[in-house]
Amino acid sequence: MSEIQLFKVTIDNITIEVPAGTSILHAARQIGGDVAPPAMCFYSKLEGSGGKCRTCLVEVSKGSEKDPRPMPKLVASCRTNVMDGMEVKNITSPKVIDARAGIVEFLLLNHPLDCPVCDQAGECHLQDLSFEHGKADTRYEFQRRTFPKHDLGKYIQLHMTRCILCYRCVFVADQLTNKREHGILDRGDHSEIATLIEKNLDNDFIGNVIDVCPVGALTDKTFRFKNRVWFLKPMDAHRNCPTCSGKVTLWNRGEEVYRVTARKDQWGEVEDWICNDCRFEKKQSSDWTIEGPRLIDRHSVIAQGHYAGTVGTNIPTETFKAVHAGRDPKLLMDIHSVSEVNPTDIELSLINGPAHSNNFNSNKD
Amino acid sequence: MGRKLLLEKAHVPGIRSYEVYRREGGYASVEKALKTMSPEAIVEEVKKSGLRGRGGAGFPAGLKWSFIAKPEGVPRHLVCNADESEPGTFKDRYLMEFIPHLLIEGLIVSSYALGSHATYIYIRGEYAWITDILEQAINEAKANGFLGKNILGTGFDCEIYVHRGAGAYICGEETALIESLEGKRGNPRIKPPFPAIKGAWGRPTVVNNVETLASVVPIINLGGEEYATIGVGKSTGTKLISACGNINKPGVYEIDMTISVEEFLYSDEYCGGIPNGKKLKACIPGGSSVPILPANLLLKTAKGETRYMNYESLSDGGFASGSMMGSGGFIVLDEDQCIVRNTYSLARFYRHESCGQCSPCREGTGWMEKLLYRLEKGEGKSSDIDLLWDIQSKIEGNTICPLGDAAAWPVAAAIRHFRDEFEWHVTHAAEAQTSNFGLAHYADPIHVPTV
Ligand SMILES: Cc1cc2nc3c(=O)[nH]c(=O)nc-3n(C[C@H](O)[C@H](O)[C@H](O)COP(=O)(O)O)c2cc1C
Ligand code: SF4
Ligand code: SF4
Ligand code: FES
Repeated sequence: MSEIQLFKVTIDNITIEVPAGTSILHAARQIGGDVAPPAMCFYSKLEGSGGKCRTCLVEVSKGSEKDPRPMPKLVASCRTNVMDGMEVKNITSPKVIDARAGIVEFLLLNHPLDCPVCDQAGECHLQDLSFEHGKADTRYEFQRRTFPKHDLGKYIQLHMTRCILCYRCVFVADQLTNKREHGILDRGDHSEIATLIEKNLDNDFIGNVIDVCPVGALTDKTFRFKNRVWFLKPMDAHRNCPTCSGKVTLWNRGEEVYRVTARKDQWGEVEDWICNDCRFEKKQSSDWTIEGPRLIDRHSVIAQGHYAGTVGTNIPTETFKAVHAGRDPKLLMDIHSVSEVNPTDIELSLINGPAHSNNFNSNKD
Repeated sequence: MGRKLLLEKAHVPGIRSYEVYRREGGYASVEKALKTMSPEAIVEEVKKSGLRGRGGAGFPAGLKWSFIAKPEGVPRHLVCNADESEPGTFKDRYLMEFIPHLLIEGLIVSSYALGSHATYIYIRGEYAWITDILEQAINEAKANGFLGKNILGTGFDCEIYVHRGAGAYICGEETALIESLEGKRGNPRIKPPFPAIKGAWGRPTVVNNVETLASVVPIINLGGEEYATIGVGKSTGTKLISACGNINKPGVYEIDMTISVEEFLYSDEYCGGIPNGKKLKACIPGGSSVPILPANLLLKTAKGETRYMNYESLSDGGFASGSMMGSGGFIVLDEDQCIVRNTYSLARFYRHESCGQCSPCREGTGWMEKLLYRLEKGEGKSSDIDLLWDIQSKIEGNTICPLGDAAAWPVAAAIRHFRDEFEWHVTHAAEAQTSNFGLAHYADPIHVPTV
């Protein structure tokens, strides 16, 4: 008999059966909804990921049928496998709720909170996490840490101050490219993502680091400051690509392709890795065969576009230029200088607490 | 005068050389073990001895050895943890520097027991000169047939390699040590799998402290049962304690674990009391990670019983009123020491040494350091003390490796026992910059040494 053994596991009082070897996180995701713990570092497509951010901590109130003792500490659900008869508490455990709020506070401690000028805003997992599990205030009263700037080449923009050190991009480089050229230098709260010697990241598949990055630490330079993600319409499209599957999501406004990403599932994980060529170089509608609108099934502002069935069948005729009274999108290339909000000579992370208009005005005499 | 098993011969002139060590009876345990005992019998002897790991956690060594997986055709490894970087702990250094052959002897017997043909000593990078001492000892042992191929004609092959770390406390954590040994960044691994199943290069591995492995020598020579009669309860054998701080005779002492803390601290045989007629204020009895105790809880337990220098007695009362044996780094603070400053300097250490993998430890250690600095400088608020308490509680137990706990415990214990002193730094901010809170009620009643 080659039948796979099934384990019964109860999470937040809901019981399901999963194959032996399933992690608590995966079991909880099968139940779905609020029962699934948030995961900032785990990525099921990256071997070895997880265990680091500690947002997915859960309480195991009963170890298994055989050994019913509870586990003494909260465990990382992404790296702990279920046992038969295990009982887990996620949102039903005050201990978990409290610890998780603590983790969110830690993750935001040195985060610059520059969401207004961050390209990741709207699809940022840290925004969602703090909204759902965090507190309204921080108790941190010190200067946030900053880093020397590193240039990673023409495709990828690094904002180290936003990084939560989830290591996903390191795993991508290890597992998707034949030679990793960036990594984590130094240790503790001064550790940073960098190449040891200033170097361009230009491997064919390195662009995937942008998709796995849960925050705005690694963003697409070809899309930088061009638009906000919630103004764009995601559409599934494909092309015949010699390097990758060519199955992507286009982020369009009208006919214009603003950005190309991999297709992501409801947990924010990509379905297929895509190559740099598809991601950065194919920005014409004519490069792609459009399949239809993509539903974004996530707790996020980008899930707001309720336009299924209209986009794709009816390609809007208006262009950006027409909608913006003749203004050319090029003008918006650098939001800072055009809008005069937060000009680039101000380092947001040097400001104690949230930025205030005085911070910007004081710089202009 | 307690019995000495490890350091008895440490001061025989020339003991560092093979000839003298051998003349003094060295390498007898290798002959006994390899020629007359099976590997299983050695593990059994170590189990009987009750030897507990000397690296900090005190896990029974024999039990740990019995967990090692033995898959067909996969090599196994023994790794000696000589990374000793805990502030206040310097016992392994002493042992390796003065009597290196004892460690090599223990390693050969332990390698035989575990079936390790390639054994590693992972040594703290700063101990550069000790690397040379160990390598010379290894070469001498090899030249005399105790290492290499077919040791003593028994057919057992074993090589010992010394690997220098690059100066990171975290590389003393066993899985970080293994990563570093493999040539990677010293990040602790997520357990399970435990090293006994999947350690260095994915092979079953046992990591033990220097002192643990050296103790295997007297265990084989005396027999496990005889060894277990030394000491008390589950604290068997002898323990090396490195004593420092405000004492007359700082140094490394080998104790049997029946003496009281008072005897250890005040008798002339050991620390010799506190210099300049000062009074005892507090003590960190087991290396920087363990909870600090005020004088009145150090010498007597909360129940008023005498506290002894052993695993059980030092942890009597749990964290509420006890501490831990830890790695045996005994740090004494007299009445002139400032607890806030001391706590700040420990927090600074842990912030600097966190590997940065998990968010509570990476961010929390830095935050605690900043708050403690502010309090120390007299710029703190009384709410900072509660905040510190909350931060440490959010770190403890929520991290990948015990460094998070090690960073949280000293802060928790300092606030638990010395809260008045923290508050004084807020209410008397200016005064705190020029004078000292002193003994207060921490040594209440003031202790008069009886030894
Ligand atoms: C942050 C950290 C640092 C450690 N440093 C050391 C060390 O320097 N030396 C040591 O022997 N054990 C150290 N340990 C303990 C080891 O992880 C491990 O428990 C020990 O080497 C096991 O040996 P033992 O069973 O002989 O005590 C450290 C643990 C942690 C969490
Ligand atoms: S840059 Fe992004 S993906 Fe890489 S470690 Fe930081 S947060 Fe994670
Ligand atoms: S607890 Fe600290 S040292 Fe240990 S893995 Fe986490 S960040 Fe690294
Ligand atoms: S997702 Fe489990 S620890 Fe980060």
